[in-house]
Amino acid sequence: MARNVLVLAEVRGGALRPVSFECIAAGRAVAEGGSVTAALIGASADFASALVEHGADRVVVVKGEHLANYTPEAWVGALHNVALEVKPDVVFLGHTGLGRDLAPRFAQRNAAGMVSDAVDVKVADGNLVFTRPIYAGKAFATQVIKQGMAVATIRPNNVAALAAEAGRAGEVTEVAAPAADLRTVIREVVRKSTGGVDLASAKIVVSGGRGVKSADGFKPLYELAEVLGAGVGASRAAADAGYCDYALQVGQTGKTVTPDLYIACGISGAIQHLAGMSASKVIVAVNKDPEAPIFKVADYGIVGDLFEVVPLLTAEFKALLGR
Amino acid sequence: MEILVLLKQTFDTEAKITVKDGHVVDDDVTLVINPYDEYAVEEALKLREAQGGAVTVVSVGTDRVEEALRRALAMGADEAVLVEAPAGADELTVAHALAEWASAKQWDIVLAGNVSVDSGAGQVALRFAEVLGLPHVAAALKLEVGDGKAVVHRDAEGDTEVLEVTLPTLVTAQQGLNEPRYPSVPGIMKAKRKTIARVTPAAPVAAATVVQSVFQAQQNRRNTMIKGSPAEQAQQLVQLLRGEAKVV
Ligand SMILES: Cc1cc2nc3c(=O)[nH]c(=O)nc-3n(C[C@H](O)[C@H](O)[C@H](O)COP(=O)(O)OP(=O)(O)OC[C@H]3O[C@@H](n4cnc5c(N)ncnc54)[C@H](O)[C@@H]3O)c2cc1C
Ligand SMILES: Nc1ncnc2c1ncn2[C@@H]1O[C@H](COP(=O)(O)O)[C@@H](O)[C@H]1O
Repeated sequence: MARNVLVLAEVRGGALRPVSFECIAAGRAVAEGGSVTAALIGASADFASALVEHGADRVVVVKGEHLANYTPEAWVGALHNVALEVKPDVVFLGHTGLGRDLAPRFAQRNAAGMVSDAVDVKVADGNLVFTRPIYAGKAFATQVIKQGMAVATIRPNNVAALAAEAGRAGEVTEVAAPAADLRTVIREVVRKSTGGVDLASAKIVVSGGRGVKSADGFKPLYELAEVLGAGVGASRAAADAGYCDYALQVGQTGKTVTPDLYIACGISGAIQHLAGMSASKVIVAVNKDPEAPIFKVADYGIVGDLFEVVPLLTAEFKALLGR
Repeated sequence: MEILVLLKQTFDTEAKITVKDGHVVDDDVTLVINPYDEYAVEEALKLREAQGGAVTVVSVGTDRVEEALRRALAMGADEAVLVEAPAGADELTVAHALAEWASAKQWDIVLAGNVSVDSGAGQVALRFAEVLGLPHVAAALKLEVGDGKAVVHRDAEGDTEVLEVTLPTLVTAQQGLNEPRYPSVPGIMKAKRKTIARVTPAAPVAAATVVQSVFQAQQNRRNTMIKGSPAEQAQQLVQLLRGEAKVV
């Protein structure tokens, strides 16, 4: 059965987020002869070519000053206008701050079923079958959308993006913006994210916990991250203690990350922290307490002082990677 | 102010999850108010204390949910309503069941949780807002209400957005919004005497999604502890990450 797929492209910090390409790849996998359209809302149409190169057949642009910053209602209206044009059977968004805020409202506007935080999607017996973590990653469920439009948010770093195909052709059209929403006004956006590597999409994450002991204590972690091209994360306790910003927090109330490699330094491994990183492909723990629960979920454990071990790791990786 | 709180009962976050025959076993599990919804209850009580009015908590669920509603009453909520869950309910069904009951009254503000810690869906509250045509602000870290508006500081992947929204609106709570109070002894006594209203949805909306199977997360971790001096440990780890795990 051919399915038309609509994907929301997300731009953050002046670049398309990798999860947008991953959503396109997921869309291609379930389209079965249907087309994949990317919606580009409130961002420059210049991003359209990258979306096409990564597998979109078509890009629909919605322009509008009031769409430059995300507000739920204006954006739901914009995505809805695109959907009226594209008539999708399936809609994929990244499971990001924006996607999580937008998708449920959009789904409800279409009385559609929705699966949140999918880590896999495939077609079986003509149905879309999604796999998703439940109970903060302690279990998984497979879920099917029975009828009507299917909406899902897809967790970053779980579906492989398609390799870019230079010069791939696709149609770029425009759809009218909805009226501005007068009920919600953005007064201010305080940017705290540390620039550089997007934590949710990072292939390697180096995280620090209360064991890092101070803001200065994060320095060796940043140095290791730099050599590895990694993002830097933290536990709630480290953010609570003021050693780093909450923007770095990984866990149930922070970001969910699924990197190839997660290096936990001075983190005990509380269940709420595990909720944000337990699906990482490989986990390394450095902790001076041999009884720390983090070792139970680690592939490789080092019992030791992070201030001793981390700089040694940095030196070893430097030598290995020639950086 | 008429304040409504959408409250779900969930597993204690520390609970061990056991899957049997494709279902999560919930017999011996401690059930609690979803932690994010507890922040919503606390915020509702603070709003009422500052501005007057009443706090109503509503939950879609089974008989067992009375416990959670009773706890919200003991914290200080004025009224509690239990809407019987339609069979096979998903987030679409629950949002409609809540909205059907809530639409009979005018609410100044609706508070809810950002996400429930068991299903991790983060859908019901925002769907509810959409059904009733309310604006929403999700993941609130700070809430100020006055002059028919709310000013909300919200968590946007670590950045903070400050939004102004006209009432009525729905706001969902993120950790950091407040510290929920413990029920007092007089609060508990008072809550015992209250009746929890029971409602059955008149026109339940059929679920659009079905859970096919549930399985335990597999922890196929290597659990290799690396021995030696710190320098040897670092060297070995880097070799294993390259040679065995192939991630660098
Ligand atoms: C509703 C709720 C939501 C939550 N959400 C989150 C969340 O999203 N993310 C999160 O992380 N937490 C969250 N928490 C908090 C969580 O329960 C833990 O308190 C927190 O994760 C602990 O952080 P930690 O491991 O850094 O600190 P600790 O538990 O204090 O552990 C510090 C560790 O560092 C080790 N250590 C100390 N010095 C050194 C050294 N020199 N070298 C090596 N090791 C050292 C110690 O042995 C210890 O194991 C939440 C809690 C609640 C109730
Ligand atoms: N059964 C329910 N009854 C009342 N409120 C609910 C129910 N399920 C979810 N909610 C509300 O919606 C929020 C998000 O839930 P969820 O979509 O399950 O992640 C919760 O934090 C609650 O505030």
